[in-house]
This record gives sequence, C-alpha cells and structure tokens, in this order.
Amino acid sequence: MIQFLYGEQTISLSDAAADTTVLEWLRLHARQTGTKEGCASGDCGACTVVVVSLNARRPVLEYNAVNSCIAFVGSLHGKQLISVEQLADGESLHPVQQAMVDQHGSQCGFCTPGFVMSMFAHYHAEENKRSDPQQIEHALAGNLCRCTGYKPIKQAMRAALKSETDQYNKANDVTVAKLKALQLNDANDRFYLIPKSLSDLFAMQVKHPEARLVAGATDLALEVTQQLKSIEKLIHLKSIPKLAEIKQDDDTIAIGAAVSVEECLSLMAPIVPGAEQMLLRFGSSQVRNQATIGGNIGNASPIGDLPPLLLALDATLELQGPAGMRSMPINEFYIDYKQTALQAHEIITAVKFFEPPADNHFAVYKISKRMDDDISAVCMAISMQITAGKVANIRLALGGMAAIPKRAAKAEQAAIGKPWNEQTVSDIQAALSEEFSPLNDARASAEYRATVTKNLIMRFFIEGSTPIEQTQVALHVSE
Amino acid sequence: MSVNKALAHESATGHVSGTARYVDDIPAREQQLYVAIGYSSIAHGKVTQLNLDAVRAAPGVVDVLREEDLPFARDIGPAFPGDPLLSNTVSFMGQALFAVAAKSHKLAQQAVSLAIVKYDEQAAVLKLDDAIQQQHYVRPPHRMQRGDADAALNKAPHRLQGSVRTGGQEHFYLEGQVALAIPGEEGSVTVHSSNQNPTEAQHLVAAVLGVPMHKVTIETRRMGGGFGGKETQATTCCALAALFCARQAVAVSCRLPRRDDMITTGKRHGFRCDYDVGFDDEGIIVGIQYCLAGQCGHSADLSDAIVDRAMFHCDNAYYLPDVMIEGLRCKTNTVSNTAFRGFGGPQGMVAMENVIDEIAFKLKLDPLTVRKRNFYNTIDRNITPYHQTIEHFNIPKLVAQLEKQADYLGRRKAISEFNAGSAILKRGIALTPVKFGISFTVKYLNQGGALLHLYSDGSLQVNHGGTEMGQGLMTKIRQIVCTELAMNTDSVIVSATRTDKVPNTSATAASSGTDINGMAVRAAARKIKDRLRAFLCDTHEVTNDAISFADGVISLKADVPISYTWPELARTAYLARIPLSATGFYKTPDIHYDRESAQGQPFYYYANGAAVTEVLIDTLTGETRILRADILHDVGNSINPAIDIGQIEGGYVQGVGWLTHEELKWDDKGRLLTDGPATYKIPAISDMPDVFNVELFQHAPNEVETIFNSKAVGEPPLMLAISAFAAIRDAIASICNYRVFPKLNAPATPEEVLRVCTNLKSGDGAG
Repeated sequence: MIQFLYGEQTISLSDAAADTTVLEWLRLHARQTGTKEGCASGDCGACTVVVVSLNARRPVLEYNAVNSCIAFVGSLHGKQLISVEQLADGESLHPVQQAMVDQHGSQCGFCTPGFVMSMFAHYHAEENKRSDPQQIEHALAGNLCRCTGYKPIKQAMRAALKSETDQYNKANDVTVAKLKALQLNDANDRFYLIPKSLSDLFAMQVKHPEARLVAGATDLALEVTQQLKSIEKLIHLKSIPKLAEIKQDDDTIAIGAAVSVEECLSLMAPIVPGAEQMLLRFGSSQVRNQATIGGNIGNASPIGDLPPLLLALDATLELQGPAGMRSMPINEFYIDYKQTALQAHEIITAVKFFEPPADNHFAVYKISKRMDDDISAVCMAISMQITAGKVANIRLALGGMAAIPKRAAKAEQAAIGKPWNEQTVSDIQAALSEEFSPLNDARASAEYRATVTKNLIMRFFIEGSTPIEQTQVALHVSE
Repeated sequence: MSVNKALAHESATGHVSGTARYVDDIPAREQQLYVAIGYSSIAHGKVTQLNLDAVRAAPGVVDVLREEDLPFARDIGPAFPGDPLLSNTVSFMGQALFAVAAKSHKLAQQAVSLAIVKYDEQAAVLKLDDAIQQQHYVRPPHRMQRGDADAALNKAPHRLQGSVRTGGQEHFYLEGQVALAIPGEEGSVTVHSSNQNPTEAQHLVAAVLGVPMHKVTIETRRMGGGFGGKETQATTCCALAALFCARQAVAVSCRLPRRDDMITTGKRHGFRCDYDVGFDDEGIIVGIQYCLAGQCGHSADLSDAIVDRAMFHCDNAYYLPDVMIEGLRCKTNTVSNTAFRGFGGPQGMVAMENVIDEIAFKLKLDPLTVRKRNFYNTIDRNITPYHQTIEHFNIPKLVAQLEKQADYLGRRKAISEFNAGSAILKRGIALTPVKFGISFTVKYLNQGGALLHLYSDGSLQVNHGGTEMGQGLMTKIRQIVCTELAMNTDSVIVSATRTDKVPNTSATAASSGTDINGMAVRAAARKIKDRLRAFLCDTHEVTNDAISFADGVISLKADVPISYTWPELARTAYLARIPLSATGFYKTPDIHYDRESAQGQPFYYYANGAAVTEVLIDTLTGETRILRADILHDVGNSINPAIDIGQIEGGYVQGVGWLTHEELKWDDKGRLLTDGPATYKIPAISDMPDVFNVELFQHAPNEVETIFNSKAVGEPPLMLAISAFAAIRDAIASICNYRVFPKLNAPATPEEVLRVCTNLKSGDGAG
C-alpha cells in the first residue's frame, strides 16, 4: 500500500493501477482539477506539483517541482504531495500566488498553477539559490507560457522572495515526523514493489518477471501517456540506499545510479568545467528532479546529455545482477541503438569517474533549437591533455551524431601526438566527417549536425588559444 | 473611474489558486463518455476498408461513428465547405476517419489504435512551391492594384527582385481543444467549449444534429489560450461530443491529446513572398509587384480572408506609389491552416520589411533611414494599395521617439565596434514599425451584442458576444461597465459567453473583442442608466442634470439631497416595475470594401507601434539571443495599461517564437514530425529579451470614436517581433561587412542562421 501526505492529509492507496500518474490521481481520483494537463509528456510544466521529501543525507525537507503527468503515484510513497489547491493559508494567498496576481503574471491562466508550483518550490530553495537571477530563470525554465512573454512571471518570482516563511516552514517538524513514520510502512502490494535493498530487488525480479523497473520515470511514463501502453507492475528503485550513495574522495567520485540529475548537477558543477551550464539545460528542473543518472545512461538514447559528458570523463559503470558485480568503462557500454552491455536482470548501480586534473582542457557544449528544456541536436564533450605542446590524450564524445552516444575514435587518433593548432583542428574535422553520418530529424538536418560538430571543435580551439571575452551566446546575464 | 486603471485580471485569483474552471475541470457526470478520434495515416487517397470490429470490442467502448453514420450535415467548413467531420476521403495525414466514445479518455484513445484501415493512396502535393507551380489552389487568386506597377518598375533608377519565406506556426495554446456536451430535453444540447466563436459552433452543431439553432447552446467561460486556433478549429470537438451526446443521451467529453491537436488542427499559414521593387537613389520606392503565396493546406477554411489580410499589410507603414499585389491560396495535402494572431498580416509585413532592408543594403543606407523616407504621410503620399486614405498616422512621431529613447544610432555604432573585434559572436539591431488595420475585412462581422441584468440587490451581470482567452476582455468589459454606471467592480460580474444570452455573435478575433463588445455593453448600460434616471426624475421631481452617478452612489441635488446606493436604487426601481435588463448593440461605422475592385475603406482605424531589437548571434552554431528589446506601442487611451502591456510583451515574444525557433517540419509522406512540445519549441523563459522595455505611446487617444478612445491590442504587437528577425539579418550581414544582403528565411533557427552565415563566409553571396 502506497502512503503519502497530500497536503496534511495521509493518503493510502492500494487499488490504483501501477501506471496511474500523479496527475491522473489528482484530477480523476482526488478530483482536484487545479493541476492541468498541457502535454502529458513532461515538456510544458502545466502539471507541475511539488513533492516534499526527506533528504537522504541532511536533516531537511526538500521541495522539488515535478511534472505530475510523467510521475507515477508509486513514487510518492513516504513523501508529501502539494498541489496548487494547498498553497493558500486559509483565506490568504501564498506569497507566490499573491505576487502573480500583483504583477499581472497570468493571462489565460492555464499554465499558471504549474508556474505557481515551480515558484513555490523555488521559494523553498536553499538560500544561495533563492535570489540568484540565473537560478530564478532555471527554476522556471520548465514551464511554458504562451501568453505573457514571461516578464511579469519573473517579476512575480522576485517579489515573492521578499517573504521568508510560509505555513509549510512552520509545519516543518510535524511533516518530518509524519514522513518518517510513513516510510517505515511496507509499501509492497500487488501493483507496487518498493525494494529496500539490491537483494530484495533481485528476488522481486525473479518473482515478478512481468514487472518493469522504474527510477525517475521521465522516459518510461511516456510509454503510458504517449504510446498508451499499460504497465501492470512497477518496481521502484529509488528507495534502495545503495543506489542513492555518493562517495567522493580527493580525485574520484562515485554517484549512485538513482541519484537525481539535479543532484549530479551540484556534484559536477564544481569539478567538471562546463558541466553546470550544460546540465542546467538538461530537461527542466522538474525533469532533473525526477530523472536519475542511471536512467539517463541505461536508457541508451543517442541524444541523452550525460553520456557524452561521462564518455569524455572516461567514467566507469558499476553493474550488478543476481550473478554479482562487475565494472565496465562507459565506452564499452553502448552496443547499438538502444542496446547496452547490460545482461538480464543486471542494473547500473553507480558511475565513477576521476575529477579532470587542473591542466586538463575540458569542455562540454550543447546545441539545441531552444536554450531551455530542449533535447540536443548535438552534444559534445572533450577532454584533452597537452604535454610539451602536443596532444597527449584526447577523448571526444558526441551525442546526436550516431545511433549511440559515441567517442570519435578516428578524430581522437588524428589528434594524438600532434601540436594543438589549426592544422590539427582541421584534421579532426576531416576525421569527424569521415566517421559520422548523422541523422536528419525534427531537431536538425544531418548537414547541420555535421557542420556544427566541426565548428564546435573550432570553438574549443579558439576558447583555448585566444583570450576573447565571450564565445557562446548561451552564457548571458539577464536583467 | 475604473477605466485607465491597471486592475488585475478578473480571474487572477482563480488562476493562481487553480479554481478558475476550464472545460475539462467540469466534474464528470454519471455515465459520461469520452471521445477519441481515429485519423488517416496517409496524406491523400480513399479509404477502401475501415474495419472497426476490434475497436467496437475494445474495453469500455460504447459507440463508434463513421462518415456514413452522420445523419445530417457532414461538412463543418466555416466559410466554404471542404472540412468533413469524418470522412472516407483523405486529403491530409490526420484526416478524421471515425470516432469512438468510451468510458474513459484513456480507453477511448486505446481503442482507436485498434482500427484496421486500408487505402487507395494517391499522389500528394505537400510543398508550397509545388502547389504554386501547379496552380493548385483552394480559392482563386486575387489582385489588388493602384497605378501601373509595370511601367513604374521599367523606368525605376534601381530595381531588384527577391523572395522571402515565413514558416507556419502552431498555436500551442496550453489548453488543447476540448468540448463537453450535456443533453437537455427534446433534443436540445448544451456544449461547454473552449472556443473563440460560439455562434459558429452553435450553427454547425445544429447542422450536424439536424436541429434548429435554438436547440443548441454553446457556453465558453474561458479558454486556456486561443490565438486564433479556436476560431474555427474548436468545432470538431463540439460536433463529435454533441453527436455522441444525442445518440447516447449522456454527457460526452471530447478532448484532443496534445499530439492529435498538433497534427489535426490548423496552424498559421507558411508563405512565400516574391517581390520586384523599383526605387530611386534615396531608397524611395517608386513601384512594386508582389506575389504572396500562402500555404492553405487541404481546404479553404478562412484562407481567403487570411491571404487578403497579408495583401492588406504588405505595405506596412510605407507608401507604395504604383503597386500590384497578387495573392495565391495554395492547396497542399497538409492540415488546413487557419487563423493565427495577425491573420496573414504578419506574413505580408515580413515581406515589406525584407524589401526595405534589401533596398537599404543595395544603397548602403541605414535601413531606418530608408524606412523613414518611405513612410506614409497624411497629405499626399497617403493612399494604400486598396485605396483607403491614411489618416491620423502617428508612426513618424512614434518612431522618432523610440529611436531616441532606445538610442538606436548610438547602439548601432557600438555594435559596429563590437563586431569589428569579435570573430565568432556578432550583434545586430533593427527598428521596425507596425501599422495594423483594425476591423474584420468581412463587413458583416463587425457587430457586437450585449445583455445586462441588474438584479434587485444591486448586483449586475454582464453578458456579451466576446470570449475570454486570457486577453483580459472580461476585465476590460467590467471596467467599461463600472465606469459607465459608476459601480464598484465587486458588484459586477462578466459571466460566461453563452449563445442563449447574446445571439448571432462574431468570433472574438481580428483584435476586435473590446472594440465591438465594449461598445455594445456600453449601449446596454446606458439604456439601464437612462431608465433609472427617468425613474428618479419622476419619483423625486428633479431634472436629469440633478442626478449624478459617482463611486457607487447615485446622488440627487435637491433641497434635501438624496442619495442611493446601488442596492437601494435597484430594489426601489424593481418595486416600481422599472425594467432592469437591457440589450446593447454596436456596428462599426464608416467601413466599406468592394473586393471585386479591391477598393474601399476596410479598416476603421490602424493600430501602430514600433520596436528596436538587438541580438547576438553565434556564427559557428547559428544560435541567437535577444539582448534587448525596446517597444513603444499605441493603444490609444488604454482601458487597462497592465493588460495592454501584457498583450504587447506576450505578442512580441510569441512573434519572436514564430520568426526564430518555432519550426514545423513534415516528412516526405506528409507526416508532421514536430508533433509535440519535445520537438516544437515555443519560447521559454530565457528567450525573453535580457532587457525588455515596453511603453505605451502616451497622449494619443484614438481619433475615431471607439470605446473610451482606446485601440485594439490583441494582434498588432506580434508583428513588433519582425525587428528581431531583421536584427538577426543585420548581425549576419556584419560577416561580410554589410556588403551582401543575407537571404534569411523564417524561422531563423540556429540551422537557418548557420546556413546563411556559412554561405556568406564561403563567398557564396546571398545565401
């Protein structure tokens, strides 16, 4: 039986199908229709709710904005769900709601509940994030508004942050106690399986061969909402402590597979150059809160953004199955379109990589039609070591250029041992043309992908060799 | 006075609390059914087999409809036939073939996928260029001319020919198409619909059901966005819900999933605009010929009027002495394109601004200089290609003010310096004006109606023919009524639009919502006010001028002054048997247009504005960013400055989306590839300009008589975004030191920008 708090009320669900989304539960079962469906694919944010959870590492509550259209109800176990109906404190609007009214932040109003919830999550963000203008923009980048042009919404967010505490802050201790109690309950029933350890998991997989594994659900849920499939039984992976572990020492870091992309962002930002800017453009904050690093790797999409980054970092994957554990360089993990080296019942448990040394040249570039919340046409990550004026080592990884995220072996070969100059750049470009024949799709043509990939190598070269101020339009400071 | 105040949207609190109700939020009734539609998977041909056995047998399915099951009207084309509700003849990929009613939305969707369909496939015309070449039209070509363009071109000192393309645009209203039909007695039905045009839906639902219009009521409380996409496209959901409702005698909901909505409902027309222009050494146009070809898709829908409006706006703010404009309505086997904010106007305007820029390049003049030299004036160069005389033309003054306050010249200099020192990133700037004609160009649509009820407790309910889609119409209407009657805003509600309250209404479109409905509402309010005045004169034996309405109080100057609150006066008047309900009506005066000769005065007045946009582009990737936008826009006397500024900011950003990264792509079978928000990218928050200054043009009341001398604001600001497109072109041009005119097409996606940059760099000239 799944148990969670909806506002202050404890909800126990034992009869909702495993593939019931949080949005369906709200609108059809709880009859709370404030939360809207705009796309049912996690791309517009109209369905945004906030999920409050106990932080695994620190004694605080985390307020995460989540797309309820692609979150399954099972993911709410032991958490608090807050939807737009619960923001007002009695007759008084919440500061984020009041600010939206005062700043004329709603026109047609359909996206507004979703915006209000993203704003509410940001209202509860850590102090250093709270008032940073860039962070305000990123907090709202997963919500589409077709009417306002966003200016009054941004102003409303700023205005709302003048208020410091709301009724949820005040109820903090009570909520913590309630959530701790809920988490102790066994959630397993005929629809939901929530293993607490890897051995639990492997046993469940044997016993319920029809069950699908789910972590963030940002991809799996699309099978339900877009392809209209039914999933009878789900095994939720996020409660397995081992998968949530983060181990960091002097120069290596191991990230558990169920760690969210948002958390990866804060882990990688200080140690991997360019990772922060790129990962802030990975989905939206709603998606990053739900999605996991293991999911983005295991999904094996050719257009995932973490794989090129991890390929350039030469990360190692830790895999575990009923037969035991093994490690594998990520470079050997991808076999063909959506095919990986994972064996039956084997899962990714962690990702390990070395922090790039200080003298390493590292960059990651994401090219997409839109800056916010868009899938890459091309994603490139490069790690290069220059010794005595020559390229000693280079890893050049590309997303969007082949059926799998892939290192450019020939381009790397063309650079090794060469001086780092325009001739070498040109050799790399020639090798890229030879090695890759990218696809034509809705996001970009093959020609564009090929040209941009070559130009990005040039950008990397220019950034490393000329001290010019700015080379990317993506880096900006807004008013 | 309530007008001129920045009051919050009447539903703002409801919006932020989630209590503002949309159609799909209406609680389900017992045994309610849900509709899903089965679509064609080819672009052109005939259905030879439609096997629905598995669909009927699917869990939860209660009823299925095919073309042959439609008992009465089968075509729901709004202006011309050609839009079958369900059909075995396929004219685009996404043609509705059949519909299912099931016990849940999901079951209905799942059932639809079980159909077995076989086709006799025919060759499809999918591209605009092919339709132009084959003269494949949904409506005949139309011409507009004044003077002798050919002769003028032949003797022009300079002459150039060019072409510019603009892509289509998906509306992407956040609330998709939806209707809920509820059965009434004796074959009547009430349909709750997210709809800009309730009367048209009423008319077509009645036709489809084979009942008179009086048995059908359409109700629209609010839409989660419309933008033109719910002017004719909302009818399918209404008609199917009503049909199943009639067959099953239960409530029926029809809501399109996002992908279905994007594939099967019409969009903004893509255009190819070819031009041949002659000009003198000063850059002043002496003659021009245009061919504006709009991609209409498979049926006419509103395309005749849309291509006309493109023709009406390919002068923008400039005098075209000898001019010939041809408009083509091209037919392709793609979704039937429809109204979208601007209604063809933006496409025509992009062509004109392209012409101006190209002239400026040719003569090495600043584009703004050429713009100013070609502006209309109100003395001699003041006749449009459709022979309307331009009056009250405030663009020169407005542009001068904007040029100064946005420091156009200073920034152009700074940009040149930046570009000289920056190899990869380049900046560009442009100032473009907007002159947009206000009125439906189909004359009879320029009418509005209202119904006011003053209840005996002093509360007032206002009904009118306009619909609320977020533009703040209801808020403005409330302000108008409150000002007219000196009532407090909390005494007045502007309720849902219903066809049984105000009949025979026009679509809320053409930016006309406040203009026509505001006037109708004021007329009704004046009737009630006049009756109350007469009653007070009688009762208290005072003259009319002794009575004043102010701040929610009605006062009478008399020996012993008397005053009433609204509840007191309403109650007293009711007891005295004074009628407290009134209708109001308005028709726009002074407009006429003879389409045959393409001459007349189709527009009551023009809305004006101008914008300066500065952009930054990356010449290695084609990525762009708007650094700053300054807008000065003319709304006459603003009824609500906050709402007007909201329309301007939102219109600009929506226009930027259209001209930059909103890209519709089809495959070579006619399948829409960009069928969801994962691939079709409307602007998100960081697409807003980094610096965004928006101001209303002050002290410029509308000089023709409109409601409180305001001006329409819905569509015009979208076209301010043309400045962003021109600024991108300007930035690209810097690569070749402004020697070559970059032939940039819209949308200026990173891919398109890089294509043009690469061509310029390789010396491939124009791109």
